[in-house]
Amino acid sequence: MSNDDYKLSKRKYVLGVAAVLVVVIYIVRLFVLQLTSDDYKLRADSNAFMRRIQFPARGAITDRHGKLLVYNQPAYDIMVIMQEQVGVDTLDLCESLGIDTAWYSRRMAEIKDHRRNPGYSRFTQQLFMSQLSAAEFSNFQEKIFRFPGFYIQKRSIRQYAYPYAAHILGDIGEVNPADIEADDYYRMGDYIGKQGVEASYEHQLRGIKGSEILLRDVHGRIKGRYQDGRFDEQPIPGKNITLSLDIDLQALGERLMRGKLGSIVAIEPSTGEILCMVTSPTYDPRTMVGRQRGKKHHELSLDPMKPLLNRAIMGTYPPGSTFKTSQALTFLEEGIITPQTRYPCSRGFHYGRLTVGCHPHGSPLDLIPAIATSCNGYFCWGLLNMFNNRGKYPTTQEAMTTWKNYMVSMGFGYALGVDLPGEKRGMIPNAQYYDKAYKESWNGLTVISISIGQGEVTLTPLQIANLGATIANRGWFITPHIVHEIQDEEIDTLYRTRRYTKVSAPHYETVVKGMEGAVRGGTCHAAFTTQYITCGKTGTAQNRGHDHSVFMGFAPRDNPQIAIAVYVENGGWGATFGVPIGALMMEQFINGHLSEASEAKAEGIANKTINYGDYVR
Amino acid sequence: MATTSDKQLSVFKSIDWLTILLYIALLAFGWMSICGACYEYGQPRDLLSLADFSTRTGMQLVWIASSMVLATVIMFTDDRLFDSFAYIIYGLLMLLLLATPFLAHDIKGSMSWIKIGSFSLQPAEFAKFATALALAKFMGSYGFKLQGSWKNMAVSILLILTPMVLIIMQKETGSALVYTSLVLMLYREGLPGFVLFMGISAVAIVVVGLRFAEEPLVGEFLSLGDVLVGALILLFVLALLYAYCRPAAIRDALSADRGAGTYHSILSRRRFFIGLFAVGAIILHLSAGALVDHLAEHQRNRVQVLLGLRDDPNGVGYNVIQAKIAIGSGGLEGKGFLNGTQTKLKYVPEQETDFIFCTVGEEQGFIGSAAVLLLFLALLLRLLYVAERQPYAFGRVYGYCVFSVFFFHVLINVGMVLGLMPVIGIPLPFFSYGGSSLWGFTLLLFIFLRIDAGRSRLKR
Repeated sequence: MSNDDYKLSKRKYVLGVAAVLVVVIYIVRLFVLQLTSDDYKLRADSNAFMRRIQFPARGAITDRHGKLLVYNQPAYDIMVIMQEQVGVDTLDLCESLGIDTAWYSRRMAEIKDHRRNPGYSRFTQQLFMSQLSAAEFSNFQEKIFRFPGFYIQKRSIRQYAYPYAAHILGDIGEVNPADIEADDYYRMGDYIGKQGVEASYEHQLRGIKGSEILLRDVHGRIKGRYQDGRFDEQPIPGKNITLSLDIDLQALGERLMRGKLGSIVAIEPSTGEILCMVTSPTYDPRTMVGRQRGKKHHELSLDPMKPLLNRAIMGTYPPGSTFKTSQALTFLEEGIITPQTRYPCSRGFHYGRLTVGCHPHGSPLDLIPAIATSCNGYFCWGLLNMFNNRGKYPTTQEAMTTWKNYMVSMGFGYALGVDLPGEKRGMIPNAQYYDKAYKESWNGLTVISISIGQGEVTLTPLQIANLGATIANRGWFITPHIVHEIQDEEIDTLYRTRRYTKVSAPHYETVVKGMEGAVRGGTCHAAFTTQYITCGKTGTAQNRGHDHSVFMGFAPRDNPQIAIAVYVENGGWGATFGVPIGALMMEQFINGHLSEASEAKAEGIANKTINYGDYVR
Repeated sequence: MATTSDKQLSVFKSIDWLTILLYIALLAFGWMSICGACYEYGQPRDLLSLADFSTRTGMQLVWIASSMVLATVIMFTDDRLFDSFAYIIYGLLMLLLLATPFLAHDIKGSMSWIKIGSFSLQPAEFAKFATALALAKFMGSYGFKLQGSWKNMAVSILLILTPMVLIIMQKETGSALVYTSLVLMLYREGLPGFVLFMGISAVAIVVVGLRFAEEPLVGEFLSLGDVLVGALILLFVLALLYAYCRPAAIRDALSADRGAGTYHSILSRRRFFIGLFAVGAIILHLSAGALVDHLAEHQRNRVQVLLGLRDDPNGVGYNVIQAKIAIGSGGLEGKGFLNGTQTKLKYVPEQETDFIFCTVGEEQGFIGSAAVLLLFLALLLRLLYVAERQPYAFGRVYGYCVFSVFFFHVLINVGMVLGLMPVIGIPLPFFSYGGSSLWGFTLLLFIFLRIDAGRSRLKR
């Protein structure tokens, strides 16, 4: 071997070392990639795993007699896979779906727009059209074989069995960013209760989402379940809810309130359960599902009659004479009057230059006939004597505070805490309020109209009904609520606890007698029936326009089953609308039906329309 | 003359079983990786269905079996045939390469596949062993010297360039680049070290310069790339000064060639050339930067992405990112056979061919992929050893060709998957799916083993 050959053969070491060096560098690189950070592992997981949410069925809602009110109904979404839909006869498709070609092209462009549809992939199903009804769906299904790339995805929407109780039941809609922010249960596109029971019992109704872990390939296509579903979680359906609502009573109430503005609230006194809660005008909840919801909601929100407003809990009205019962109770408990105390009333209350008018009746009267005939003078004197009683209250302010505390104990001035969203508190003025309004120079005369439920005092129809329930119970109430039972869960203790007023039971008996008198021979005579003893109190609340017609009552007198408030805006005398409507409602609930005569009366009232002209409130 | 059975006996006695063992181990590992890369969710996992010939895993088994048959046939061939027919084989394959673009079907822009019945063959894969044979024949001829003969050098380079040009015509740049690796064989056979050194330093200067060109250091005039290239050039110059201008090195040169000149004339000539090298390097660096600046937008992007300058999750960079994710998610022990998610769900493109090493990384983890690299290293070192024990230049040259080709494939393919090398689409030997490449590598390797097995007889 020559010297040259020998020198060249040493070059094998150069090449060998180069090979070793490369492999060492690569192994170091592998070490860095595989062992020094979790980053790649996480990115691999986010590549490959897709958590698909499985939605639970929302709980059903039934009335107190088990009648199904709200349930889930399948709806159908039309999905499209862009990659597969080429060559579809567009005209034929549009015709089958009842859309025009312009809508079709716009929708297709929207789907492909990455800004509006960030999750877009040509290979996965994209939402083309949502919530087709069963009829639309079956029509399309017959032809779907002609449209490759189009698929049907089943989902469920809420369905309503009756066209009634829209405000109580409420509805569901897509979550907004604030909902998502507030509760991480929600994801974009989820549904949430927007109004009514759907909103207030959202947590019970919605159930618990399940999830599937799926393996997703590079095109977004699902290739299977991770480890055959070992880590999947089944969704837990939402809880069914039984309402205290009597749907037949509700239906009658809505019928009677046709063409009128106002509200009817009925409560079962012994439980505080709301039997009906009518607000008028209302709308058919069945129009608020599916694709039309947004449009319909917008229409309703523009209506000057405000059909979206639940007047039963959001409308605050002067309670008028129904409020006198609360005054009688206060004066009795405070010892300002006894049942035998008489006050004069000559067509009203006269004090100096101040006059509060009244209708003609005998004078002077003691308490029970004063309630029965709804004497304004009696209660003005009562309040004046209370506020001027310096022996008992050192200042007018202190008298006012005492009075206010009575009112608050009866559930006025603050929201009662009903299990529906949006309840208003109404208005019970206090001393500070008048100090501010009258620069501290005011007395009982200044505020005299609060004694007859006018002036600054406002209540919601629910609070008026609750006053009825409190009188029926002779001094206590349970916070009114709409839910009777939640599946596998107790209802809130608030709705099982008695709240006592500051007035003792015997005084209530006196007021009950007055209300009985009003029905037997007073302002509420139209509510008289031989079947059971009804107690009632009318109200004719003064107003800038026509007076509001109000009725508050309960029946039967002993062991009462129903307490009710009827409020008809601009309905005139309490006896005009309030009394007959209240009487029909009580009959319906106690007897389970209306007699023929009552039915005719009901039809008559239902057909009466009040002309509101340009309604502004 | 030995009888046939004697000859067979001697072949089996002198065959290099260690290489065959490494070959089989790599094939087995390779097939497992193909299973991982081609497995579809929901497919049964038993061996029988993996061997189903309608699937790629089954087809790969066919390629493996036929490669073994091919290997056996080669072992029974008279090794002298390779010597005798070297030029003919080379000539035929060059003709085939020339004809290929006209016969080929366009597959993803490549014109390198010829369809025979239901199979496709890629002649470029077979040109490697033919070129190696021709080179061995030419450089193994009596009295051949590479050093000092421009003619010999030119013919050798022509033998290498011919298939390169023909393959570039088929739009298979990656396969063509493989032939540049033969410079390693030339180096062993006497190509001056500085040629190899120049080549490598030119690549290093261009790559480093462009890689860090956009990281400013001092205003707009000096980038980090400029500084690093400057340091590299300084390093190269110092290395050259040490290698060529030491008194001992010059005395060596004087003793080797009396007519070379005086001590000082050699020293100053060498210093002049080293200075020239430095100037050339600076010009190269500046012109590479200027050239990239003048490239069309998409070409510049591609260069930048290849060099890792630009994140391009949707374009060329996508492959590299997904490859890194797949490998990185493997961890120490990997996700287990057929349990990789990235490869199975097709996140890694070309995962059963060029990016097959991802499957190893994801399913076998650090342990498995390091083991594969060590197997390749063992094969490369063994090839060096076996090449060096050849009694004649023919065997040695051929052996170094085999070494060079395998080294280049492993260097580029694994480096590309690990994000250390530019994305050049060439297969990983014995791993990547496909009959042509497996047959090509088998032929290349086993002809060498056959030549090696005959070494003792030739010596006698």
